[in-house]
Amino acid sequence: MFDIGLLTAVTLNGLTVGAIYALGALGLTLIYGVLHIINFAHGSTLMMALYACFFLHQRAGVDPYTALLIVPPAFFVLGYAMQRYLIAPLGFGKDINVLLVTLGISIILDNLALYLWTSNTRNIDIPQAQVFIELGMISLALPKVIGVVASIVVGLLFWLLMTQTDLGKAIRAVARERRGARIVGISVDHIFAMSFGIGSACIAVAACLLIPTYYVTPKVGDGFVLIAFTTVVLGGMGSFIGALVGGLFLGVIEAWSGLWLGESLGQIGVFIIFILVLLFKPNGLFGQRNT
Amino acid sequence: MSEDKRNPTLVNQPRRRLLQVVGATGAASALGMPSVSFGQASTRTVKIGMIQPMTGMFAYNGAQGMVGAKMAADEINAAGGIRSMGGAKIELVIGDSQSKPEAAVSEVDKLSEQGISCFVGGYASGLALTATQASARNKVPFLVDGAVSDQITGRGLYGVFRLCPGFKQITDVALQNLSNINDANGKQVKTVALVFEDGAFGSGMAKTLAGELPKRGFEVVESIGFPTPTRDFTNIGLKLKSSKPDLIIPSCYLNEYVLLARSIHQNKVPKKAIYSVIGGGASNMKFVREFNAAAQGIMDCNHWIDPRKQRSQRLVSALDAAKLDLTYEVLLNYSNVLLAIDAIEKAGSGDREKINQALLSSTFDGHVMPYGPTKFVNGQNEGARPINTQIQGMKVEVVYPPEYATAKMIFPVPLG
Amino acid sequence: MTNMKRQTQVMLVLILALVLIPLFVSSKFWMGFWVMLLFHALIGQSWNILGGYGGQTSYGHAVFFGTGAYVTAVMQTHFGLNAWAGAGVAIGAGALVGLFIGALSFRYGLRGSYFALVTLAFAEVFRVIVNAWDFTGSGFGMLLALKPGVAHMQFADRQWFYYLILVLAIMATGVAMWLESSRFGAHLVAIRENEDAAKALGINAFRVKLKAIVISAALAATAGVFYMQYYLFVDSHIGYGPSMSISALLVPLIGGPGTVLGPFIGALSLGVLSEITKHTMGDSPGANLMAYGVLLLVVLRFLPNGLMGLFRGRS
Repeated sequence: MFDIGLLTAVTLNGLTVGAIYALGALGLTLIYGVLHIINFAHGSTLMMALYACFFLHQRAGVDPYTALLIVPPAFFVLGYAMQRYLIAPLGFGKDINVLLVTLGISIILDNLALYLWTSNTRNIDIPQAQVFIELGMISLALPKVIGVVASIVVGLLFWLLMTQTDLGKAIRAVARERRGARIVGISVDHIFAMSFGIGSACIAVAACLLIPTYYVTPKVGDGFVLIAFTTVVLGGMGSFIGALVGGLFLGVIEAWSGLWLGESLGQIGVFIIFILVLLFKPNGLFGQRNT
Repeated sequence: MSEDKRNPTLVNQPRRRLLQVVGATGAASALGMPSVSFGQASTRTVKIGMIQPMTGMFAYNGAQGMVGAKMAADEINAAGGIRSMGGAKIELVIGDSQSKPEAAVSEVDKLSEQGISCFVGGYASGLALTATQASARNKVPFLVDGAVSDQITGRGLYGVFRLCPGFKQITDVALQNLSNINDANGKQVKTVALVFEDGAFGSGMAKTLAGELPKRGFEVVESIGFPTPTRDFTNIGLKLKSSKPDLIIPSCYLNEYVLLARSIHQNKVPKKAIYSVIGGGASNMKFVREFNAAAQGIMDCNHWIDPRKQRSQRLVSALDAAKLDLTYEVLLNYSNVLLAIDAIEKAGSGDREKINQALLSSTFDGHVMPYGPTKFVNGQNEGARPINTQIQGMKVEVVYPPEYATAKMIFPVPLG
Repeated sequence: MTNMKRQTQVMLVLILALVLIPLFVSSKFWMGFWVMLLFHALIGQSWNILGGYGGQTSYGHAVFFGTGAYVTAVMQTHFGLNAWAGAGVAIGAGALVGLFIGALSFRYGLRGSYFALVTLAFAEVFRVIVNAWDFTGSGFGMLLALKPGVAHMQFADRQWFYYLILVLAIMATGVAMWLESSRFGAHLVAIRENEDAAKALGINAFRVKLKAIVISAALAATAGVFYMQYYLFVDSHIGYGPSMSISALLVPLIGGPGTVLGPFIGALSLGVLSEITKHTMGDSPGANLMAYGVLLLVVLRFLPNGLMGLFRGRS
């Protein structure tokens, strides 16, 4: 039906897109796994990080890869503060309230961006974006390849963080058993905030990698939220390998369904997978068994 | 903190409070807050309501529309205002439709009660359709900018006018121009790929084109719809590369247009030309500036200025000086506000029915569009049409029809 | 029991006040305000049945709303059905969608966030499909011809739309009141509080939840039908997009989930808030919506049980 050349090229591209999804999902699966909250503000955070990268480039000439040293740490701090001093106190620990709080935050952030920076589309053009790597039929822009490498590296760092450090152990403890962790002396509030901070930093990394091949507007985050959640659920809540594999898998699924059904109708590919996973394997590909 | 220990009348509080709140709001609405201005126009100002999406999906387009509208109003006010009304000034009142039909209707109703003489705006078909229904009920003229659905005019509604062309007019002209251009250049283009956004305007465009192109001897080899927003156009670029069309016809909004053009350029899709119909990006200076390499040679059949008119050139210089982008929302709103002002001038008052009558018999040529004098039939300006532009170097040149051309067309476009 | 009596009294007074409103309002704009307010109360109440009383939070309620709007449009446009008949079919279709999604989700034990996300996913699937399918107008959406007249469920005088939506909102509220006094309602609330315990008590959770989602879906579809008749236009974003889903849940959550009057209070507050922020900050794009979000957070901070918490005197 389709020639192999096209299919391979499309698959390869799907992997590069999936790498960015994976990064978004890593952060989200951490937040979701530990705090059990659906963070509606995730897309808005991505949008803010994209703007940060844009302005750094425009005003200070900092290219997005150097910005990796600035933006993610900044967003870690912001994420920590947001959870500790905004979401937690307003959420009263109730899921419904937390949902509303993150929704309110996303409304504020989206319109703050509109108010400050107007709806004008912002683009940056960096020399790396003009470099192409030819792989058969496809010529992949360098930033995309960097994106794949980066997500694997970040995934690895994540894994190291979670398994080899005390912080990681504390996070896993809180995710498993909140009350028990508290009894053992872990400051649950602090861990929540740390997790949120790390999750935000992660999406900021995704932003740095995304900006060379995409654009920024105040509405840019909207498209990412559902994809990010699909990745998290597909990969398995709380599993980082799951987030990585899930993201890559989803990128390819998206590419294939776009090829088969057309880009427009093909969108349902992701959602159908989402529904199927939720129904038949809610723990996802790599999720822990339900206790 | 139980009810027993507190004030015994606490028991009645909930009911009272609720009634108070309902009563207060009822009173406010009965009084007609925000205050209604008496009479439809004072001798000092005439108000034009701008129904634009200032927030939401189309915020950029709404903002650009207001740029054009303000320039027109400022220009006329600076030149002495409405002469037939003793120098009355034009005041633009913004009604943010928030890119949602409900808000558009609500703003039309609100502004209708605040003494607006007529409306300009709409932008997107969904917004224009519902807003004009409301304005017709309120018996206020509405000049539609940009929205191309053929159903906007011809519903027999009161006061609906469209200066620019609708779907049918646009596609007819675009196709005819394409045939002419192709014939004049050795009929090199035989196969066509359509790439369109899957909303109202893109899918409508694609459908019409897909039906009409074969009648003119073109073969449609590929028809790719995509959602707005779309993150990544590599797959589309690959599909195009694989089907090797002679001509690519995109119909989409600015952001996606830029990404698409880049993808086509990056993937070195072999094609003879890109000929967009209402291309979003192709007639946009921002695109020309920021992605010049990918933009070279791209043609567009879109709303554009009549380059021969002095007023057009003044508009372009003014935008340049203010460092604002020239996009079709600017042109159309500028022209529509001037049209409205002309009607007010002829009517000699801010009276809605008089303005409506003035528009019905209007032969206005002070706009910057390549339409000639206006003539509205069932609300649609008969002479409206798009023209062909092409990006050459750092400029957007008009290349067809010849009487408007500012540069020679390059067709087919060499792959570079 | 006195609680019920008091509640009924309040309801009757409220209904009386609402019925009288058109007599005092001459402005078209403000009439429109009240119509939309009751519309939001209706869709909020539909969400309330499932999410407030039942504790099953749906993030994709638009899937039912959009079905109501689209089906009645299709019935009238493609099959020449009369508006009232089309409405009947549309509400039935909405209920069917509710049955389908409910059966699937509850059969496989989806709860909490998982259920929320699955409803969102379904809404998106429907959105993409109606946008791609010519039969449902694809990218154009569906436009109903303007035909004022009771037979066409279109009214030249907005007052009649107001009365229509008032009747519908009261009907939906009647369902909520019935929940508060019936065994079915008690079962539903028990499931909300602790599903496993309820099951242990012998309640057939699956059946109860399924019934709730069908009722909720039918009411949301009714709202969809009204929207279609009032605006005569729907497209995939309006019908199945996140905007309506968010409105559906915001209204009862702000007003007071699991209460009869919550959706009214929520709709009123959000409507008033919206007008105030538009009025004071309408000129700078984004500023008014931003203020809206801030006010939302402020309400959440001080009134975690929704505004009904104020009236109940509870902390």
